[in-house]
Amino acid sequence: MLGLILRRLGAAWITVVVVAVVVFIGVEVMPGDACTAMLGRDAARGDVLENCRDRMGLNRPPVERCVGWAGDLAQGDLGVSMKRDRPIAGIVAPRLRNTLILALAAALAGVPLAIGLGVMVALRRERPFDIIVSTVALVAMTMPEFVIAALLILIFAIWLGWSAGVVTAAYDAPALTLLFATPLPAVTLALVYIAHILRMVRSSVIDTAGADYILMARMKGVPERQIVRRHLLPNAILPTIPVIGLTLAWLLSGVVIVESAFNYPGIGRLAVNAVADRDLPLVQAITLIFGLIYVSMTLIADLLAMALNPRLRTRRL
Amino acid sequence: MSGTYVLRAVLSQPSGAIGVTLVVGHVMLAVLSQLVLPHDPIAQSAELILQAPSLSHPFGTDRLGRDILSRAMLGGREAMMIATLATLVAMIWGTAVGLFLALIGGRTDTYGMRIVDALSSIPGILIVMIFVAALGVGATALIPILGCSYGLSVVYIARAAALDFVARDFVLAAQARGEARATILIREILPNVRDTLAVQGAMQVSWLLLGIASLSFLGLGVAPPTPDWGLMIADGRGVMPTAPWVVLWPMAMLSSLIVGVNLAADAFAKALGVDRQMGVRAA
Repeated sequence: MLGLILRRLGAAWITVVVVAVVVFIGVEVMPGDACTAMLGRDAARGDVLENCRDRMGLNRPPVERCVGWAGDLAQGDLGVSMKRDRPIAGIVAPRLRNTLILALAAALAGVPLAIGLGVMVALRRERPFDIIVSTVALVAMTMPEFVIAALLILIFAIWLGWSAGVVTAAYDAPALTLLFATPLPAVTLALVYIAHILRMVRSSVIDTAGADYILMARMKGVPERQIVRRHLLPNAILPTIPVIGLTLAWLLSGVVIVESAFNYPGIGRLAVNAVADRDLPLVQAITLIFGLIYVSMTLIADLLAMALNPRLRTRRL
Repeated sequence: MSGTYVLRAVLSQPSGAIGVTLVVGHVMLAVLSQLVLPHDPIAQSAELILQAPSLSHPFGTDRLGRDILSRAMLGGREAMMIATLATLVAMIWGTAVGLFLALIGGRTDTYGMRIVDALSSIPGILIVMIFVAALGVGATALIPILGCSYGLSVVYIARAAALDFVARDFVLAAQARGEARATILIREILPNVRDTLAVQGAMQVSWLLLGIASLSFLGLGVAPPTPDWGLMIADGRGVMPTAPWVVLWPMAMLSSLIVGVNLAADAFAKALGVDRQMGVRAA
């Protein structure tokens, strides 16, 4: 058991290293470098370019820079933003906090709602309630986040006037201010989460309802209510919990769009701004952070799966 | 299964019929609308700024006085072209790598999949954004970038589909005959995974349309002044309180196309008897 966990941790660590190398190579193989990108094609000539490259240490060989970058990363030093001329860690940290607040609020509201609704529609399979909810979920899944965002702004902020349309709070505002000034970004993200998780829970409950032990329970005369509560739900929902973790991780990239649509001061909007500014060191750092979050969430999901499902503990990963 | 049979099976499902109709309608609009455009989609006019829908401009005008109807008609063309070509790139390299890894197996497969796993752990939109930042926007940059990054999920699907066949007797027989690996892949394995890949291709188109629209919305996709729904929505956000028609029409067009592709892909999967891979990849 311990060996299994350690092996899983090792695999996660290797993934992180590969992500870091890929990000480095990705930026390396592109035409030009951080300096030409930042200065623009025309200004990047002669002394200006040389000075910039000297300052950023771009004149050293790539391998040396990669090792240096990795060494800095290991010490928690993300480097210096070119455009903003400040340490990246200081820029990223408060915005990462904001993004986590947003994602956490969306998950806390969305996951229980999704599970509840998923079970409800599964038990009323193919009836009007199921058809309506499942169709709405399918539409919410297939729509781009920015379309949902624009629709919510139009309906709730402009036509009904219930809340502000975009976030005006600064990036260092308290958590509650950020969330409650405009709940719409969290609602958008939650809608996308709910749509995906609801459909997954629905199919899991429907699959489980076809199991022999459910038929057996029904044959021996267990009341329907008790079949659902004692036999059906535990077996249908427990296996979905780790997959829910994966879904949340997988959908996290949605914050890039949602934050931009609502002007929410998180790391996703920072990424877009960094790309617009051609601030490659900052883009590199943010990409790595997203990779890290994804890897740690899948790790947690896997460990959770092992904790909840004894059958997974014996299998080699 | 013959093509007509599959098509009939798709169209006999109500959702399939709706989906195919929507997709065909959008493709025809994109191809033919140039001939019947009521106005020049990029002509600006100071007198016509933010006009509500009227007889001469049935969908209204935007903040530069451009005709929304003409722009909405053409707004999917570039994105659909990029999505189709990028899907082609993604399917080709993803299938090649996936089938190859499945057939070779062993260490190459293990390490190859590790790398694919690591690449998949970076949100696709960020990978794309990095490269767009360096290579610039527009179709010539977007097709290879999107094709490379969206091909990752094809690798999983192609490999998983091929794994069902690599240990079958007919593959062993081909190996025993001394056939080259490439021949085995193309003659023995590819025909067996064709249906799965076809459905995956349809899904890729819908994901790519979504991705391109999102990139355009962020200003990193289709380059202005080309009319594009994502750009139109981004552009119209500021005037939503007074002129909601600027965003509503492109939203309706984009939504109907994406829903259409999804419905068609669903019906297609059912007709071919393929389990549609939806949402999250298994870990």
